Amino acid sequence: MRLTELTLKELWLRKSQLISGLLAITLGIGVIVGIRSFSVVSEKAVAVNLDNLGANILVLPQSSSVDNYYAADIDASTFPEDYVERLVTSTIPGVDNISPKLTRRVKVGNENIVLTGILPKSEIASKPIWQQAGLVGEALTASCAPTGPKKYADAKLQRTGIDTLANNDCFVGSGIASRLNLKEGSNLTIMEKEFAVAKLLPETGTVDDDRVFANLHTVQALLGTGEQISAIEIMGCCSEISDGLLGKLRNVLPDTRITTIGQIVSTQIENNKLMSKISLVFLIIIVFVGGISIGNYIWANVNERRKEIGILRMIGYHKQHIYYILVLKALLMGFVGGIAGYILGTLAAMWLGPQFSGIAVSPLYILLPASVIISVFISVTGSLIPAYMAGKIEPFSNMQED
Amino acid sequence: MLIQIKNLTKTYQRHDGAINAVDNLSLEIPKGSFVTITGASGSGKTTLLLILGGLLRPTTGKLFYAGKEVNLQNEKEMASFRSNHVGFVMQSFALVPYLTALQNIMIALNVKNKNKAENQQRAMELLKWVGLDDRTTHYPKELSAGQQQRVAIARSLANNPDLLLADEPTGNLDPGLSEEILAILNEINQKQGTTVVMVTHSPTAAAYGNLKIQLKNGKLIQHNPTQTIFNEKLLIN
Repeated sequence: MRLTELTLKELWLRKSQLISGLLAITLGIGVIVGIRSFSVVSEKAVAVNLDNLGANILVLPQSSSVDNYYAADIDASTFPEDYVERLVTSTIPGVDNISPKLTRRVKVGNENIVLTGILPKSEIASKPIWQQAGLVGEALTASCAPTGPKKYADAKLQRTGIDTLANNDCFVGSGIASRLNLKEGSNLTIMEKEFAVAKLLPETGTVDDDRVFANLHTVQALLGTGEQISAIEIMGCCSEISDGLLGKLRNVLPDTRITTIGQIVSTQIENNKLMSKISLVFLIIIVFVGGISIGNYIWANVNERRKEIGILRMIGYHKQHIYYILVLKALLMGFVGGIAGYILGTLAAMWLGPQFSGIAVSPLYILLPASVIISVFISVTGSLIPAYMAGKIEPFSNMQED
Repeated sequence: MLIQIKNLTKTYQRHDGAINAVDNLSLEIPKGSFVTITGASGSGKTTLLLILGGLLRPTTGKLFYAGKEVNLQNEKEMASFRSNHVGFVMQSFALVPYLTALQNIMIALNVKNKNKAENQQRAMELLKWVGLDDRTTHYPKELSAGQQQRVAIARSLANNPDLLLADEPTGNLDPGLSEEILAILNEINQKQGTTVVMVTHSPTAAAYGNLKIQLKNGKLIQHNPTQTIFNEKLLIN
């Protein structure tokens, strides 16, 4: 029987106290890990989207929010599909490709998915990453792109697309495909309508992984929205954008919100920075609250174990041995709290990320050692004063008749 | 001489003034003796015992062990003194509640020897010696009062102490069990030559002593002349 075994035995003996003592540190670390996981994945997703999104102008209903690019069109209010025609007939220079969309959250079995209705040719043109999946078709070229058989410096200026997406066909994001075990040629029933999976889309790290794309008119009929859409993506020519393209578009569609992806992305980046700052604030709070909580727990434990500490001192253990027992206990709690907090935070981010921001969050393993180190540091620091006070307990404490 | 104390005083500060629990006491305890300390409640018996065991620092005075002064103000030296030379048996048994009988002894052995196998073997021998080798995995609450005290005695012998201090060891036991415990302490004294110092209220227990100390208000008073004094070594100031 060594002091380490004695510490483990005592920890195991008082499980309920252990759990309550761990709660503060676990929740605190969980919050930090959750925010950090979300913001790191969000930062990566911004970078991925900057690379892969062809469309650079987004037309949304006036009331929609652009705080989060990935979810800007999800559950947004709608406007008439006729607006597309207005754009097409406006002859505004620099508007080269128009992609109307209608997006809603729906349930398939127990899974929440994002159902997006698209007009395929233009949608494909605005998403070059799809072309990597072999969805090739007719080339679409921005008017300001250089002509001739050459490679363009700006890949956004030349796209390929497909002409049709049959009414019963759909493209399925990688996340949904994985969860519903879908393959190309599988059937997928959405709101009692059966679709054939025409293509599985490659992983993007964005809400697109949880999307099912179907023909716009099929989705409109399915959702009962009539000829309404929730967003229009436009491939605008870069030089025209700087020449006031947005203002011209606003004149044509005055009751909409028109913004460039750059603006949305910069908003997203600001949000990410804000989350980083919030996680720092949480970290400072957790250092204090967690440290005080563990310190309070250890102090209560010391008071409860005065007799036992007295016994150990009586049979020859030094103050340093008492410090060892209590600090080891705090260290173990910090270790367990760090791991539990990491798991809690990661699961929360994985569950809440897609729900609130449309970001598919995957575990960031680098945060595990960081969580453990921070948690152990907080825990051990919180235990130092109670351990010091325990060392002052006289060896004859409670040695006489109870 | 195993223990010698000189001009020992322990003063407690109270709201109504200072009180000397032990008052300028000097005495010697020969090696191999069985000393009983008696006196009324508050006479300073337990305080004296705690100081003898290096558990409590005196306000003034000196303690010599085997002719060498023990630095009672040095925490580490006191702890080493306790683990190397002293065993304790308390009225309330002082066992760790969540450790088995065997583990309660092993935790004491671990102070000096980190070899788990050796400690386990020694703990088993001690439990066998006190007749509890069939109770090794029992927790204190699963043992009777007499059995708990026997575990405490086995633990007190773990590190082969020269001095065994017992504070009312039979205080929680019925007469039958008290006799049993006193017989064990007597055997430790007689067969192993361990010096035993026992604080007691019980005349029956006090009769086991061959050197008797009686305290009143922290001072030595004349010992009871009707009792046999095995070896007159008391130095009364």
